[in-house]
Amino acid sequence: MAVLRVHGPLRKPLGDRAEHELSGENVVELLRGLEREYPEITGWILDERGVIRRHINVFVNGERGDEETPVRAGDRIELLPAITGG
Amino acid sequence: MTELLVGTKKGLFLLEGDTGSGFEIKTRAFPGEPVDFATRDPRTGRAFATVTSPFYGPKIFYTDDPEGAGEWQQAGGVALPEGGEQALERIWVIAPGEGEGTVYAGGDPGVLFESHDGGASWAINEGLWEQPSRKDWQPGGGGLCLHSISTWPGDPDKLAVAVSAAGMWLTDDGGRSWRRGNEGLNPRYLPDDASDEVRNARCVHHVERSPSRPERLFMQFHGGVYRSDDAGGSWTAIGEGLPSDFGFPLTVDPADPDSAYVIPLVADMDRVMPEGRVRVYETRDGGSSWNPRGDGLPAENAYLTVLRQAFNHTGAGDGLQLYFGATSGELFGSGDAGATWTTVAPRLPPVYSVVAI
Repeated sequence: MAVLRVHGPLRKPLGDRAEHELSGENVVELLRGLEREYPEITGWILDERGVIRRHINVFVNGERGDEETPVRAGDRIELLPAITGG
Repeated sequence: MTELLVGTKKGLFLLEGDTGSGFEIKTRAFPGEPVDFATRDPRTGRAFATVTSPFYGPKIFYTDDPEGAGEWQQAGGVALPEGGEQALERIWVIAPGEGEGTVYAGGDPGVLFESHDGGASWAINEGLWEQPSRKDWQPGGGGLCLHSISTWPGDPDKLAVAVSAAGMWLTDDGGRSWRRGNEGLNPRYLPDDASDEVRNARCVHHVERSPSRPERLFMQFHGGVYRSDDAGGSWTAIGEGLPSDFGFPLTVDPADPDSAYVIPLVADMDRVMPEGRVRVYETRDGGSSWNPRGDGLPAENAYLTVLRQAFNHTGAGDGLQLYFGATSGELFGSGDAGATWTTVAPRLPPVYSVVAI
């Protein structure tokens, strides 16, 4: 299992928990699994196309990732709202 | 006591008061979030807010107690079909329907949602979503927004919606089938010899139905103000006499089918009040003549902009109240149908929507 860590408003629809153990071949599979476990999070991270929303950054073991980034057991995945603006 | 639900760039503000003694901010919700639209369903008292987080996408929230400690709940089903090529960008408007428990929501990209359980769960209107012409629909400057939803008092099957810039769409069967309602609209921003597909890009800015004569609608167009007397099938230009026929918001006096109010802006390339004066224009003869209503509004050096959802009324006839908010944060109100105005709130965040209850 990989460990997904979320921040800020994402915690509320995820049972007020910051960390979630999930499995999946890549980031988007892992996030789809999260949506199955917590339907209220649907639409918050992935849009209808299965694309990670533009201002959410994904890090896999500290490196920037995207939907297709492979995920293995023990990996650490962080979802962070992007720092936007000037 | 009048309640104002004011959607702003930085949250929802709920104000209570009257134009005589003033208004007080009772509640602020969704702090820091853009609230595109907020309203109440008068049948149930349920409040709705549409919030487009730049991080987490567009959502509809509802509560039966916006002033109290009750939490706002996220409504379900507010999304496009999964696996397509588009994502929902924004919810522009929510309108109570005529059927029991029916509520409508319009959004970008040109999408209508309907709820039949009072707004807790929603589904896309397939008839409009599957329109064969949709592939040719072009967005306006604000996106492909479905911003106006006009129900027909007493008849849940009749509905008129407007999409910028895909024009008017009408249904008589509860939204199963739709037809265009653009006859008479002149898109001056397109070449005269453009193809029919191109000229269908009718940039409607706002539409309101006259509840006391439902076959009559008024429209603020992208260059032009229009009236329809056949339920939106065809339109007659009525902008003569205005300082500019460009603008966004529009409202009506429910008691008078010959009434409409608009707030003109200079032009599409200069979206501020003409002459730096804030004025609402009123017609009481179906658009044959217009009169400025600005007593109490800023009269000089006032280059304000009022967005399409930021002008609303409550009451009717002698009791008609009018309210509008500007992108510069001022909120104005009139308790005497526009004859005199006061500043309701001077320094809100940029105002996106105003609904008066």
